[in-house]
Amino acid sequence: MKETAPSILIRNGRLIDPANGVDQTADLLVADGKVSQIGRLPAKADIIIDASGKIVSPGLIDLHVHFREPGDEEEETIASGSAAAVAGGFTSVVCMPNTSPPIDNATSVEFVHRMGRQARKTFIYVMGTLTKGRAGEELSEMGLMAQAGAIGFTDDGSGVQNTAVMLRALKYASMFNRVVAQHCQDDSLARGGVMNAGYNATLLGLPGMDPLAEEMMLWRDIQLVKKTKTRYHAQHISTAGSVQLIRQAKQEGLPVTCEVTPHHLLLTEELLKDYDTNYKVNPPLRTLADVEALRRAIQEGLVDALATDHAPHLKSEKELEFLAAPFGIASLECALPLYRKALIDPGVIDWPQLLAMLTYRPARILNISKGTLGVGDRADITIIDPDAEWTIDPNRFFSKSHNCPYAGWTVKGKVLYTIVAGEIRYCAEGYAPCPC
Amino acid sequence: MTQTTKTDFQWRRKHLIGLRELSRKEIEFILDTARGFEEFSTRSIKKAPALRGKVVVNMFFEDSTRTRNSFTLAASRLSADVIEFTKTSSSVNKGETLIDTARNLEAMGVDIVVIRHGAGGAAHLLSRSIKACVINAGDGFHEHPTQALLDAYTIRQIKGTLEGLKIGIVGDIAHSRVARSNIHALTKLGAEVILVGPPTLMPAQVQNLPVQVSYSLDAVIDKLDVINMLRIQFERLGGNLFPTVREYSHFYGLTVERLKKAKPDILVMHPGPLNRGLEIESEVADGPNSVILRQVSNGLAIRMAVLFLVNQAAVLEAKDSLP
Ligand SMILES: [Zn+2]
Repeated sequence: MKETAPSILIRNGRLIDPANGVDQTADLLVADGKVSQIGRLPAKADIIIDASGKIVSPGLIDLHVHFREPGDEEEETIASGSAAAVAGGFTSVVCMPNTSPPIDNATSVEFVHRMGRQARKTFIYVMGTLTKGRAGEELSEMGLMAQAGAIGFTDDGSGVQNTAVMLRALKYASMFNRVVAQHCQDDSLARGGVMNAGYNATLLGLPGMDPLAEEMMLWRDIQLVKKTKTRYHAQHISTAGSVQLIRQAKQEGLPVTCEVTPHHLLLTEELLKDYDTNYKVNPPLRTLADVEALRRAIQEGLVDALATDHAPHLKSEKELEFLAAPFGIASLECALPLYRKALIDPGVIDWPQLLAMLTYRPARILNISKGTLGVGDRADITIIDPDAEWTIDPNRFFSKSHNCPYAGWTVKGKVLYTIVAGEIRYCAEGYAPCPC
Repeated sequence: MTQTTKTDFQWRRKHLIGLRELSRKEIEFILDTARGFEEFSTRSIKKAPALRGKVVVNMFFEDSTRTRNSFTLAASRLSADVIEFTKTSSSVNKGETLIDTARNLEAMGVDIVVIRHGAGGAAHLLSRSIKACVINAGDGFHEHPTQALLDAYTIRQIKGTLEGLKIGIVGDIAHSRVARSNIHALTKLGAEVILVGPPTLMPAQVQNLPVQVSYSLDAVIDKLDVINMLRIQFERLGGNLFPTVREYSHFYGLTVERLKKAKPDILVMHPGPLNRGLEIESEVADGPNSVILRQVSNGLAIRMAVLFLVNQAAVLEAKDSLP
């Protein structure tokens, strides 16, 4: 395979490369899968993209997606999820291991990578489970999974309940220099709950999940991290109390990072009033005060990464009674404008700050050399029209699932091109040239 | 049948999901309509033709002989055909949804679905998914509107009005749909509601509801005009919500002794079935203050009224949509 990919010249875009402190208008040339030149360049390349008025960003990274393969391929496959990812501007995603069977051994890790390579859309990473079968009892083969390329470990979908097991997992994982991620939720407080505990749960007659369930486990884990110094990542934090705990941990200099989802920045528990299961997520939608606390945390720089927690489910499952329906929102393809709506429009942060949380900061959590656009870096690039208006229509998603509460929302910000390793893997309708 | 109210109010709801969304006027309208059906039980021919040719299905995913019989009888007195659909296992399996089941029934030409379900929001879900009228006969711990309506009806029947009355609801408020519907109905009709039970049985942020809360029945019993004793749900004891039944009935059981402290004309209510000797002593349940059997017979009139009204709304809606 000696053929070289066509060179791509991206002209006159607003180049935002937060890792390198770059925010300037420039041309960028991609050749041999790498960024080969930046500056005022002659119009000479196989493909020329006019990016005037557009943002040219390092490819977006989502460190929390569920692609459901193996086990629930009806809902999503690694191929359909990958197509959704590039349509959302993501050049790298991290699949969570709570598939069925779960990704708790090296063979499964290799399987996910293979399917990712075959899909040939976005880079696919995967975390292995912390415990065998996600049962929370025995450590899984983290070392073998790390050798097979697992990028971190988590039992996501639920947290590790047993404190001794979690302590051992953190100690053990530390020797592979992989991040340990946790879905913070104390089951003794949250099990059976389907929404935030509080007045609205009282009115709706639905069992609640107390914010304390999240905060208790986060607090516990932070104590364990003090002891082990393992890199620890709190997934999808959702409460004002969690923000406080993260602030404290960072002040103490602990290796603790966290992520926030678009839905916890935009939606509140009030929206459940019609029992619409599209709003059923775990952790649940909280109150306006929590949303505001999360936005403030982002403004303060306490939040390291934004993550979709893309969780596709079948329509027939979401049509079940609220109690029985599965948790999750499919949002990969509309995440970027949602972040804009939640964070840029109200003046919480600006584009460079937003893109930092979607590029090099998640890359740093994962310890991968991505999310930057210096000369010589791998050409993972997302080209965004920040002001293009469009209406979210889940029926047009590349994802197999359409469980999306944002249907019909008119949003601003559109991914025009997604370039992965120097190849255009996605371009928005009407934005030729596109060999994909 | 002639309306007992002389207002030009017109009932427009083809579903009855909960009382939270109903106005005082709407609740009163149901009660007034029920009054017209009350004397039915005393007639020699206990039938009216209001629902002739209509099909009512009783979809019960949870056992409740009492409520189901009441709806069945109410529907047949209005001359409807009634289908009984009983399924005790919940429809949580993939591929077999509540909606599928309902759509199948609807394909048989069902006009009104009465649903009892273990999941809060099930009736709501159904009302959004099918064309037939939906009546909530109890969903999870959300609402049980007809029970609260018959409670309000019974109180009004005896006391004349609810305005200014103090009404205690005693027991597991957190997991009680009866309590929720009662709170909405009684407070809208002008009563003061006092919830009584241990903190473990109170719902979250109960202070946001227009009610008072007391952890001591003894402290409030002398103030009450009506006391509504909820049933202890034994299946919830596993949740460790109170230490033992013995301790519970010591503090919250309605005994003859305790009733002596109450106003002499206090009404004792219970949604049934009773745990005699636990939340209520037999002598109290069968005593002069008890209106428990009256609640049952009034339930029939209320359910006839509700069936009648939702059907009327559906007919109106169909007329409106004619070209
Ligand atoms: Zn999770």
